[in-house]
Amino acid sequence: MTDLLAIGTRKGLWLARSDDGRRTWTLGEPHLLAQEVAAVSIDTRGPAPRVLAGIQYGHWGPTVMRSDDLGASWQETEAGAIRFPGDTGAALARVWQLRPDSADRPGVVWAGCEPHSLWRSTDGGATFDLVRGLWDHPHRPTWEPGGGGGAVHTVLPDPASDRVTIAMSTGGVYVSEDRGTSWTPRNSGISAVFLPEPPPEYGQCVHKVAVDAAGPDRMYAQNHFGVFRTDDAGKAWTSIAEGLPADFGFPVVASPATPGTAWVVPLVADMQRVPPEGRLRVHRTRDAGETWTELGTGLPDRFWAAVMRDGSCADEGDPTGLYVGTRDGCVYASADEGETFTLVADHLPDVLVVRAARIGS
Amino acid sequence: MSVEVVLPGVLADLAGGTRHLEVEPGGGTLGDLLDTLAAVHPALARRIRDEAGALRRFVNVYVDGDDVRYAGGLAAPVPEGAVVQVLPSVAGG
Repeated sequence: MTDLLAIGTRKGLWLARSDDGRRTWTLGEPHLLAQEVAAVSIDTRGPAPRVLAGIQYGHWGPTVMRSDDLGASWQETEAGAIRFPGDTGAALARVWQLRPDSADRPGVVWAGCEPHSLWRSTDGGATFDLVRGLWDHPHRPTWEPGGGGGAVHTVLPDPASDRVTIAMSTGGVYVSEDRGTSWTPRNSGISAVFLPEPPPEYGQCVHKVAVDAAGPDRMYAQNHFGVFRTDDAGKAWTSIAEGLPADFGFPVVASPATPGTAWVVPLVADMQRVPPEGRLRVHRTRDAGETWTELGTGLPDRFWAAVMRDGSCADEGDPTGLYVGTRDGCVYASADEGETFTLVADHLPDVLVVRAARIGS
Repeated sequence: MSVEVVLPGVLADLAGGTRHLEVEPGGGTLGDLLDTLAAVHPALARRIRDEAGALRRFVNVYVDGDDVRYAGGLAAPVPEGAVVQVLPSVAGG
């Protein structure tokens, strides 16, 4: 059994592996060097794990690369895996999210992209189709780009139903109950401090959404100010920020195994995107956001960088492993739900995304 | 007579390992030439233009030494025997 950690950075992709139950990690050589990797996924549903990477060549534009041999070789769909249909007049700017669907939907992979768009593949990520229901949504012209660009950055397909939840910066949370045909905004209760009161039906800058292990109706949202929870699939959100040192931040991660357990990485504010007191700390809840505990064993002080939207993730281990990648090129791993962290990598380029998977038998 | 397309080294792999391609000029414009190029080397062509057909922002194309951004863009004439050079612009960090 090997635990694999994919680390996408502004200048390449690294794979780290642990063969001793996540106690120690070995960092491999760079892949896709000098190319921005803002999205990565490890698809373990097939006969061999498939690594998908959404890359931005800088000068040469975005594309999706895939590897079925853990980076020994990479393939690219000749005509492009993600291509806007001609009638849209649009062009792909960046791939922000790659999300394999559930095991009983083999080959289905979702992609969230810039400009605001959602894509669905049925061939493991070789080719994607534009989800027209979202592209044609009457709200779309009003979804403004956030600081990182207009992005569908979170895609959460429900394995047990036809529901798909997405989050966008900006735009907020939208839910489809019919696998993408129709979409409804679900932002009631989520603030939008950059807009006049009262908060709008949509247009929020939700940075990340995570589904609780208790079931698909309970989700957490790290907002552009504010941390929220819903218990009814987004119909209503309530603040769970009390007890946190700050309610700004980018990632929110939920344990896939333990209901009520989630993590955030607070930053001071949008105009001060550094951690409180210059200390990298993770805050964990065990009770769905009623209370929070600061965790920092193994994490640095005198730390003035940030953790991006996809810079943190959980794994499927028991207990849940937690991973944190920073903009100063460090990656920390915890095999005990955040109680203690060990350094996996340092001196990498800015970490944009981390994804973990358990491979092998 | 065909057109010589000169590529930067980083794109050579997408052109079969060469920096120099001989391409039929097609209808006589840069857009026509890139259409022809896309039919043979689609991944290469996507590095130069996006799927909406626009030249990528940080890619510069010169026809016989003239920057096409000041010569009609994709409508720039590309006569037979021309040399079309693709260069990355100054960008990044």
